[in-house]
Amino acid sequence: MASTGTAWERIAARGGVTPRRARTYGLVFFGAGLLIYLLFARVAVAGYTSTFVLHPGGATQAIPVPDLVLPTAPALYAMTLICAFLGGWQLARGFRRVNLVLGFIAGLFVLAFLTWASQGRSFNLTGMFSSALLRAVPIALAGLSGVICERCAVINIGIEGMMLGGAFSATLMGSLALNVWKWPSWASMSFGLLAALITGALFGLLLAVLAVRFKVNQIIAGTAINILSVGVTSFISSRILSHFQQLNNTGTLQPVSVPLLSRIPIIGPVLFEQNLLVYLLFILLIVVHVVLFHTRWGLRTRAVGEHPRAADTLGVDVFKIRYVNVTIGGMVAALGGAFLILGSVGRFDELMTAGKGFIGLAAMIFGKWMPFGAFGAALIFGFADALQVKLALLQVPIPSQFLLMAPYLVTIIVLAGVVGEAVPPAADGQPYEKE
Amino acid sequence: MPPVLELRGITKAFPGVLANDHINLTLEEGEIHALLGENGAGKTTLMNILYGLYSPDEGEIFVRGRRVEIRSPGDAIALGIGMVHQHFMLVPVLTVTENVMLGVESTRNGIFLNRAAAARRIREISRQHGLEVDPDALVKTLPVGVQQRVEIIKLLYRQADILIMDEPTAVLTPQEVEELFKVIRSLADQGKSIIFITHKLKEVMAIADRITVLRNGRVVGTTTPSQTTEEQLASMMVGREVLLRVNKAPARPGETVLEVENLEVLDDRGNPAVRGVSFEVRAGEVLGIAGVQGNGQTELVEALTGLRAPLAGRVRILGKEFTSAHPRWVLERGVAHVPEDRQKDGLVLSFPVAENLVLNTYYISPFARRGVLEQEVILTVAEQRAREFDIRTPSILTPVVNLSGGNQQKVIVAREFSRPIRLLIASQPTRGLDVGSIEYIHRRIVEKRDEGCAVLLVSPELDEVMSLSDRIAVMYEGQIMDILPAGRATKEEIGLLMAGVRRE
Repeated sequence: MASTGTAWERIAARGGVTPRRARTYGLVFFGAGLLIYLLFARVAVAGYTSTFVLHPGGATQAIPVPDLVLPTAPALYAMTLICAFLGGWQLARGFRRVNLVLGFIAGLFVLAFLTWASQGRSFNLTGMFSSALLRAVPIALAGLSGVICERCAVINIGIEGMMLGGAFSATLMGSLALNVWKWPSWASMSFGLLAALITGALFGLLLAVLAVRFKVNQIIAGTAINILSVGVTSFISSRILSHFQQLNNTGTLQPVSVPLLSRIPIIGPVLFEQNLLVYLLFILLIVVHVVLFHTRWGLRTRAVGEHPRAADTLGVDVFKIRYVNVTIGGMVAALGGAFLILGSVGRFDELMTAGKGFIGLAAMIFGKWMPFGAFGAALIFGFADALQVKLALLQVPIPSQFLLMAPYLVTIIVLAGVVGEAVPPAADGQPYEKE
Repeated sequence: MPPVLELRGITKAFPGVLANDHINLTLEEGEIHALLGENGAGKTTLMNILYGLYSPDEGEIFVRGRRVEIRSPGDAIALGIGMVHQHFMLVPVLTVTENVMLGVESTRNGIFLNRAAAARRIREISRQHGLEVDPDALVKTLPVGVQQRVEIIKLLYRQADILIMDEPTAVLTPQEVEELFKVIRSLADQGKSIIFITHKLKEVMAIADRITVLRNGRVVGTTTPSQTTEEQLASMMVGREVLLRVNKAPARPGETVLEVENLEVLDDRGNPAVRGVSFEVRAGEVLGIAGVQGNGQTELVEALTGLRAPLAGRVRILGKEFTSAHPRWVLERGVAHVPEDRQKDGLVLSFPVAENLVLNTYYISPFARRGVLEQEVILTVAEQRAREFDIRTPSILTPVVNLSGGNQQKVIVAREFSRPIRLLIASQPTRGLDVGSIEYIHRRIVEKRDEGCAVLLVSPELDEVMSLSDRIAVMYEGQIMDILPAGRATKEEIGLLMAGVRRE
């Protein structure tokens, strides 16, 4: 390469990637190819095929699509070659948008893994996407809650606890209405949902009072909420729910097909044959996005998150914005908790959120504090989670403990590597002091 | 007709300080009224009261003859009062339009932001007042001068007719200052009334219709430019006679002490801040680096003092290479550093004066023996230094946080100057100091030069660079535009270079 201009200009020509970093990328691409060869291609049995089913089983309105059948070994060799080629290109010429290529390679590696795992068998890809979405919903709601709070510069580390509280209230109130008061199913579920939202609002308000009014360190305030929520729900659960089973059974929401949209092949059954709470998430994503970027409230929220004093000097009430946003953030987190009950299992277990609130925060960062970004990230985490369950069923010769690690491993890799620098709102986490 | 604005007996006390002591001030329609005073004289406090950011302990405010209570910026805006703050109140990641409309957003159907309508009004205001700006640009991409225009547009958008400008020229090049003055003049001609806060005498003489001088929270007097002189204003500000010029003999440059070659340094966000800079400083001369703040000076100094690893290039002191050396290695070679932010990088605020005086020598004899501090020696030497450098402190055991800015700076100067040094790197050595302290620091720097020390002076105050330096390097966007001998350089020439214009 010609060594003209400053060292910085030479780096800028490579999309801001330093030569050393660019080389590392190339080697990583090669490494991925090598791994595909060693782990999968080399051990694939000749003559086997991998079948990916693109049509969900059971009753569906989707237009049928034929299965995708790949000859296992040749497909894996092809993927090895693609990785090697991309690695070579990166080392010789360099890609300008190298992170995009890295994402592609990661996807290819997952595909190679699936091809190998399903050799000689069939694997329902659509069903897997569908369950990935279901697993992504609580994470996405947690991430959305994070976006709403952090856009006005309040860090909400208490999302996990708020979710747990929401799940608990939904269970208790929903079951009470259904089994004791003998309300119809839809009414008791709505009641449970309402209870979850109120719980979330109260938790949100508590965080806001601590963080905005009393200027408590926000990490500590959020952690306190987590501990409080774990303590209270576990205590009541072990003392009451375990003795009165009728208080721990809400039933679950049934999927509802959206006319027409659910007929689209592959996407239809994945996105549009879900329960109402999933659709509620879609609506919330759109609403939060529009509010954030196209309304007065959103503009003020973003200004408060970036430079509260500037907003204050223009007569914007910084405290009001933060109170309202954090309270709503608490409700959205609790909705994520309610989904775990009403949209999924129908009963409460101690510590059932299992870190989904924290993964949601990772999704928020990965999604660069954007509603749809957080949703996209949540889908990746949901996919890792669903994959892990599926592989356990396929009896892949990998210890189940490692499979259980998958979502968390993905969190770490994604945060450390692929995202690169994500810029949070400038005032994130700082209490605002009026002079 | 009553004055547009009248302040009567405004008093405001902070713990330990009487920031404003019964201040009276009147502002007539169409007038440019300069509020002159040193840092800490109470100018900004007074204006923050007027803008509703502080509430006064005593006193009354009248707007157009009517008594008003201003409890929040919202109240001030409603009364037609607008303020351009010293540190811009702009959100960098939002567009010009979004920044301007924030707080008074125009909407469609009462819900959706109507950016187009706001942008149209901004263009109108731009045209009417000669404040050219692209409404769709992100604020963070705009140069400081343009950001200031955005601030002014913000006020006009809210139809303010009393404009407060707090030190508006601090971040501008001389040409930008002239442009700003034209804008201010034309605003006044259109009937806007302007309060112009500054501590720069030349500006006051150039722009003001009337001048009110504050000292220690009190009004010292009100005058007009035609009735006074810079010297007179300076003594009103300080309360005694001051020397505005630096007396110094011509430099006698010796051997080369510092050599910098094609240095490149990245800023905190990984963007290039210094892009291939080369220069040398010789013993017995002052090389001044002029330039608007934020053009890579900070990163350059950090690289030279070992605080930031450079991306490429070489740095040599007395022929020894020390590119990306440890800061202690650098200071042990005889390099003294007066950092630009004395409170953040120069002092440990909660430590007493005595300990701050040995921050870079505490580990060697005579201040330490076998790893144990020699308290007696540290205290004796501190007493001596405090006397020698005229550090005004109740005791050498007082935490430096309780000292005034000028005395804090003297602590740093005493620490750095009382070692045997070959190179002095002084970054904004008089930032925020009163005229008296400035005079003192300047004299000390010239003394060091005359002793044969090489001095690298970095300052955005052009007057300071021009009066102290023997040669002047002008920095713009991380590059040195040119290096001029101080004797022949004119303010206009340097100003153009500071704006990135190179005369062919």
